[in-house]
Amino acid sequence: MSLRKSISLYIRYAAICVRSIMEYKLSFGLMIFGRCMIAFTEFLAIRFLFDGLTEIKGYTYGDVLLCFSVMHMAFTLAELFGNGFKVFSGIVKSGEFDRMLLRPCSPILQIMGTRFEIGRTGPLITSTITLCIGIAESKVSWNLLTALTLALMIVGATFLFIGLYMLGASFCFFTIEDTSILNALTYGAKEHGKYPIDVYGRGVLRFCTFVIPYTLVQYYPLQFLLGRSTNRVLGLYPVGVVVFLAICYGVWCAGVRNYKSCGS
Amino acid sequence: MRKYYMFFKVRFASGLQYRMASITALTTQLIWGIMECFAFKAIAEAMGTGLPMEYSSIVTYIWLKEAFLALFSTWTGDKDIFSLIQNGGVSYELCRPVSVYSMWFARIVGGRGSEALLRCIPVLICAFLLPGTLRMSLPVSIEAFVLFLVTLVLAVGVAVALCMFVNMLCFFTISPQGWRMVLLGSADFFMGNVIPLPFFPERFRKVVEWLPFPYMQNVPFRVYSGDLPVADLGPVMAKQVLWLVILVAAGLCTWKFVEKKIVVQGG
Repeated sequence: MSLRKSISLYIRYAAICVRSIMEYKLSFGLMIFGRCMIAFTEFLAIRFLFDGLTEIKGYTYGDVLLCFSVMHMAFTLAELFGNGFKVFSGIVKSGEFDRMLLRPCSPILQIMGTRFEIGRTGPLITSTITLCIGIAESKVSWNLLTALTLALMIVGATFLFIGLYMLGASFCFFTIEDTSILNALTYGAKEHGKYPIDVYGRGVLRFCTFVIPYTLVQYYPLQFLLGRSTNRVLGLYPVGVVVFLAICYGVWCAGVRNYKSCGS
Repeated sequence: MRKYYMFFKVRFASGLQYRMASITALTTQLIWGIMECFAFKAIAEAMGTGLPMEYSSIVTYIWLKEAFLALFSTWTGDKDIFSLIQNGGVSYELCRPVSVYSMWFARIVGGRGSEALLRCIPVLICAFLLPGTLRMSLPVSIEAFVLFLVTLVLAVGVAVALCMFVNMLCFFTISPQGWRMVLLGSADFFMGNVIPLPFFPERFRKVVEWLPFPYMQNVPFRVYSGDLPVADLGPVMAKQVLWLVILVAAGLCTWKFVEKKIVVQGG
């Protein structure tokens, strides 16, 4: 199927999901508000901590807010688009995946399209606000390159999270049950990624470079963004997520080849 | 014989699945706790003498929080009661010759208690075995430990009473998921789940202390490490009891009101 057709199909899917959620407007509004509030309390916690602090390991309030906003924004976007992978065990168990395989278009498109959940976008409001505060408070010298770095960080982190969801979903092919084995990594990164990773020490920094490449989208581009390093290439590091995504896709394909319907 | 072996195999595999789930839950909690300890270590170093809580107390607080997550977590648990309200199963509950409020209260405490008991042991063992600054410390004194247990029970009472009150409010709306999220999400913050209460600015904390939220996990976890001295505990425990009474009364009144007007939606 051509790319244009795929995109228009995806938009169609998403539009239907949005319309079905809009049937319950109050519930939708409260959902958005609730999630927005929860993200806001996390911001408040940072604000409170920085009442007694000027900087953590050399990072100021504004720097931490930038980090917080990037990770939250990326996580929310990933949840919005990749929600289907998150609930994939349900799709396998109900036999819905069998039907998806029969249709003449990519199962990935169907999974991502049919579970498009607009109600999860609440934190996007909060993180947009905190991003503005972060930009105002931090002493980044803004130019085309730093702006590009920031944008790449958000996009790269989004794809990283989607890759992780895909990896988690691939495990469902072998276990059927939802193992939620990767929850620690996705939720953990959202929660703890609010501080630049070197705050957690060398061990964590190594893990987040060689095992799950969080540093590609957070620590390294941040060094360039905040002017701690003059190496411009660091700003382009988020592009490296493509490699990680390719590996996740490989695992996914192996899973699909291995798939046996679970018969319901 | 072969079919019995197959039964065995299926059951065994599904059992293992649960074990797998508890192992992943434990790993998640350990990673979570360790990361939080690291973050607070950096914060403690940066704050120096201005730190409102000793670092070892913070570590202990974090591990207790992880160990007793099931008791106070506002997200999990009581889903069955929630769905009873949503799908009309509540009409069966009304037929039983017991007080629905007390029955649900007992059920929530039982559910949370059993889960916490199962979960806390491996977390605590790991927390006591961790190296260096990550290790959880023993209670400061025997009195502190006894009072930890007493305030823990009161704290669970307050937490469940609040949860019941929110559940009762769910009767007033057909799509209660949103309300619950708003109420319980903010409760999470005010009870010190994101950062411990001593880190709140003075004036803000003064206001929060008038609310029921600080009388949940905040009290027992800080008594344990001596951050809340045993000598100052009298008024705090009095407030815990007071909030327990108020919340139970509020929940019961709402229930009495709901009971008369109940409209079963489905089922």
